Amino acid sequence: MRPFKYQTASTVKDAVSAASNSEGSKFIAGGTNLVDLMKEDVERPAALIDVSRIDLRQVRSEGDSVVIGAMAKNTDTANHPLVRMNFPLLSQAIFAGASAQIRNMATNGGNLMQRTRCVYFYDTSMPCNKREKGSGCAAKEGLNRMHAIFGWSDGCVAVHPSDMCVALAALDAVVSVEGPGGKTRAIPFSEFHRLPGNDPSRDNTLENGDLITSISIPKNKFAGNSYYLKVRDRASYAFALVSVAAALEIAGGKVKDVRIALGGVAHKPWRAKKGRGVSERKSCDK
Amino acid sequence: MRYIGKEMSRVDGVAKVTGRAKYAVEYKVNNPAYGYIVQSTVAKGRISKIDTSKAEKLPGVLKILTHQNALKVEEEGRQFRALQSDNVLFCGQPVALVVADTFEQARYAANLVEIEYAKEEPSTDFSATPRVQTRGPAPRGKPAEEFANSPVKIEAEYSIPIEHHNPMEPHGATAFWEGEKLTVFDKSQGVYGVRGHLARSFNIPEGNINVRSLFVGGAFGSSLNVNYYPFLAALAAREVKRPVKLSLTRRQMFTGHGYRPYTAQKVSIGADESGKLRSIIHEASTNTSSYEEFAEGTTRFGRTLYECPNYDSPYYLLKTDLPTPTWMRAPGAVSGAFAIESAIDELAYELKIDPVELRLINYAEKDPETGKPFSSKALRECFTAGAKKFGWEKRKFAPRSMRDGDLFVGWGTAVGTWGAFQAPATAKIRVRNDGSLLVGSGTTDIGPGTYTVCTIIAAEALGIEPKKIEFVLGDTELPKAPSQGGSITTASVGSAVYGAAGEVRRKLLGLVDKKEGSPLFGAAFEDTELVDGMLRLKSDTSKSMRIVDALKEGGVEYVEVEYQSRPSAERQNYTTMAHGAQFVEVKVDESLGIIKATRVVEATACGRIINPLTSHSQEMGGVVWGIGMALHEATEIDHRYGKMMTTNLADYHVPVSADVFSVETDFVEEKDEIVNELGIKGMGELCLVGIPAAIANAVYHATGKRVRDLPITPDKLL
Repeated sequence: MRPFKYQTASTVKDAVSAASNSEGSKFIAGGTNLVDLMKEDVERPAALIDVSRIDLRQVRSEGDSVVIGAMAKNTDTANHPLVRMNFPLLSQAIFAGASAQIRNMATNGGNLMQRTRCVYFYDTSMPCNKREKGSGCAAKEGLNRMHAIFGWSDGCVAVHPSDMCVALAALDAVVSVEGPGGKTRAIPFSEFHRLPGNDPSRDNTLENGDLITSISIPKNKFAGNSYYLKVRDRASYAFALVSVAAALEIAGGKVKDVRIALGGVAHKPWRAKKGRGVSERKSCDK
Repeated sequence: MRYIGKEMSRVDGVAKVTGRAKYAVEYKVNNPAYGYIVQSTVAKGRISKIDTSKAEKLPGVLKILTHQNALKVEEEGRQFRALQSDNVLFCGQPVALVVADTFEQARYAANLVEIEYAKEEPSTDFSATPRVQTRGPAPRGKPAEEFANSPVKIEAEYSIPIEHHNPMEPHGATAFWEGEKLTVFDKSQGVYGVRGHLARSFNIPEGNINVRSLFVGGAFGSSLNVNYYPFLAALAAREVKRPVKLSLTRRQMFTGHGYRPYTAQKVSIGADESGKLRSIIHEASTNTSSYEEFAEGTTRFGRTLYECPNYDSPYYLLKTDLPTPTWMRAPGAVSGAFAIESAIDELAYELKIDPVELRLINYAEKDPETGKPFSSKALRECFTAGAKKFGWEKRKFAPRSMRDGDLFVGWGTAVGTWGAFQAPATAKIRVRNDGSLLVGSGTTDIGPGTYTVCTIIAAEALGIEPKKIEFVLGDTELPKAPSQGGSITTASVGSAVYGAAGEVRRKLLGLVDKKEGSPLFGAAFEDTELVDGMLRLKSDTSKSMRIVDALKEGGVEYVEVEYQSRPSAERQNYTTMAHGAQFVEVKVDESLGIIKATRVVEATACGRIINPLTSHSQEMGGVVWGIGMALHEATEIDHRYGKMMTTNLADYHVPVSADVFSVETDFVEEKDEIVNELGIKGMGELCLVGIPAAIANAVYHATGKRVRDLPITPDKLL
C-alpha cells in the first residue's frame, strides 16, 4: 500500500481538528474494511487518524433511547444486555454480518462507514464512478447479481453491504455526529446513507471532518416480534443477496406498528414504507 | 497386521500446530529480499510502454524485472513463461517483478510501475468460442443409431463454471544461490518437476539445484504442473544476489496457476423400458488458453461406469484468452460425473425406477470398454452398505414428496469412480545400529497424510514401532518419486517403502545367515519376517535376533537400501479402479431458495485402507469440496474485459463450517492382490466425484427442479 501518516486521537475534538487540518485524511477504528481497501490501492489516504482510543465505547440507556457508542465493537454491542433486551433485531443483524473475527474488530461507527463490496469498485483497473468520478459503471452491464434493485442510477448500481445498518434503519436510529468547531448534528438514519444519483462517490451525508460519536435508538415495543432474515449464497461469511429486518408491535391482538427494512438491495438500507400501510391494524393471531 | 489398518494421528501434526512445520516462504534465510508481481490489466494485446523509473526511485526497491531485462529462456513447450515478451496472453499475466527490502515496499512500488498497452479484443465468452475436437477413443458400437432407436430417451445439457483450488497456503517460493548452486523452497506437488524446469531455464545441471517442499498447505492440483513463479524467484535472487521470497496474494493466485476449466456437457441416453442402457453419447467441451491445449479427460471415466454396448464421448476444447487451466481435484471425473450421474437420475424418473436400482440394473461386471475384468470392484457392496446406513428404503420416489416442516427434503445418490493408478517410485531405508531408522522418498505430502501412511507401512514391514521411524520427503536429494497427484502416492510410494523394507530384511539376513550357531543360520529369506524389532523365522518364531544385534553381528554401522517399485505386469490384464456410492440429503427452503446438504453418507471401495483416521479426514474433505462445487463455487468472468472478477475469498465462496452437517464415510474394504502387493488404491479424488451430482439429484427430489448449471445458488430455485 501507499505510505501514509498515522496519528492517534484521544478525544473527539482532537480527531476532528486533526482531520480538518490534514487533507486526504481518514479516520480509522477497527480498520477491517479500510485496510483492505488500502492494500488493494482503492483507498489512498494521505493520513490515518486512529480514533479507536477515544472513549466512545459505552452502550447506555438515555431517556427514551439506548445510545451505543461509535467505538464500541460490533460483537460487544450485539451481546450487550440493553441491546439484546430492547433490540434483539439489532443483535441478530450484527451477528448475521461478517465473521466472528471481523465483528470483534469492527466498530459501530465503522460499520456505518464501510464501503460497497462491488467487485468493480475493488478493482482499480475497472471503471467505477464511486472510486473514480466519471470513469463509468462497469457493474451496470456486468456482474451484478448482487447489486441494487432499488434506487440505483445510471452511474452506480452498488449496494451498501452492512447488516447492522438494515436493523438500525428499521429501528429509526439517529446518528450523532461531531464536526469541525465542535458542531454536533443528529442525523436520522434514513438520511445518513444516500442514493448514488449523479455522485456515487459519496456513500453518506457526512461532511469532511465529521466524526460519528454515537448511535441512539428510540426504545420501542418491537422486541417480542422482530426478526432479521438474511438470504445469502452460503450459511455464513457472505454478503446478503437480500436481507429483511422486520418488526411488529402487537397490542390487543392487533398490529399497531410495522417496520420493514431491506438490505443488499440498494445503495442504502431500504425502508419498505408501503409495508406499513398494508399491515398495520390487521388483527393477528400469535 | 499391527499398524496397517489401525487409526494413527498424523506424525506431522504437532509440527503443524506448533508452527515448527515450515512452508515455502517461511524458511529463515539470511537477509531476504521480497518480490511482488505486477499483473497485466488487459487480457490481450502488447505492452507498448513500460516505465519503471518512478518505482525504482522508491526506498528499498532493489530491482524491477520486466520483459525488457529478464533472462530469456529456451522455448520449452508452449507452457507460459513469465517476462519473455511484450505479448499479453491473459488478464493477470505477470508483466513485471518488483524486488525490494520488504514485501510492503515491493507492493507499493508495483503500483507505480507505469504500463501502457496496445489492447486487442479478448475472447473469453465460452458460448461464442469456436470449439476444436480432441483425439479420443473411437465410439463403442453404434451410439447414434441405437440412441435413435431407443424407446426411452434423455437429452440434457449441463455446465460448470471455472473453479479455483484456493488452498490455504498461498503459492510462493524462497530461492537463493550459493555460487552456481541454487536452492528453492517451493509450494510444490513434485520437486523433481520444478528442478528440471529450473535447470532448463538457467541452463545449469540438475545436480546444482535442490528443490524442497517439505510441507504444503493444500494444493489440490494447483502445484502439480510447474508454475511460473519459482523461476522468477530464482531469477530475482540471482539478480539481487540475495535470497528472494516471492509469494502470490490471494487475488494473484487466481491467475498465478491454473484452474478447473469451464465445462459444457451434453448427455444423450437411450434405454429400454426395463431400464437397460442401450446408448450413451456424452459430449464435453472445456476451455483452454490461446497458447496451450489443456484437456482433462472429462468424458473418460463415464465409459467404464455402466454396462452399455453403445457409447460415444466426443471431447472439444474452447480456446480463450484466459490462462491455461490445470488439474484440480478429481479432474475430469467430477465434471463428467456431474453430467452423467445427473442424466442417469433424469432417466430414473423418466422410467419410474429407483435411482439405485437403475444403477444396479446397468452394473458393469467387467470393464465395458475393454472387456477386461476389474481387479476388484465392490461398488454393489457400497450401494448396499451406503443405502442401509442412509435409510434409502424409506425414500418416497416422487419429487416433492418428503417434507420436514416447511422444508422440502430430497434424497439423491450418485456413483463416484477413479482409477487405481500406480507409478514407479523409489524409497530408501537406512537402519542404524543405534536402532534409529530413516525412511525417505522424494514424494510430497500436500495434506492427505503421506508422512503418516508411509510411516505406518514402514513400521509394518520393518517390525518397528512407528515412533522410532523418521520418514522424510519433499526433497530432490531423496530418491525419485512421482509428483503427488492423481491419487497415486500411497499405491506408488507405499509400495516402494514396502519393497525397500523387504530388501532391508534381505540385507540383515545376509549379515547373519552364514554363521554357524546363529539362530538364523541357513534361514531361507521367504521364511523370515521383521517383528518387534527382531528378525525371526516365520516357521519357528523362537529363532530370532534383534535387528541391532544383527548389525553388530555383521560388523556394520547401518544397512541402507534403495528400492524402486513398479506397477506389476499382471495389472495389464485387468482394469484397476476404485468406486464409491454416495448418498445425500438436502433440505430446501423453497420460499428463499436456500439449500442445506444436511446429511451425506459415502460408502467407498478403494482397496486396503492404511490409516482409517486420515482416510476419513480425506473423505470428509472430498465431501465438503463436493458441497462447494454443487452449491457455492464459481470464478466469474467479465467477458467484456476478459477478466476473472470473483478473485478473493469473499466473492469466491467455498463452504464454511455452517454449510456442512453430518458427513459419514464408510469403507468397504477390497482384498485386491492385483493392484499392488499391499492392495492399495487411491482415494483422494474418488471421495468427491459423485457428490455434486448426488446433491443436484437430491435438490431435484426435494423440489422437482432440475438444476443443470452449477453452482445451485438460491436464485436458481426461485
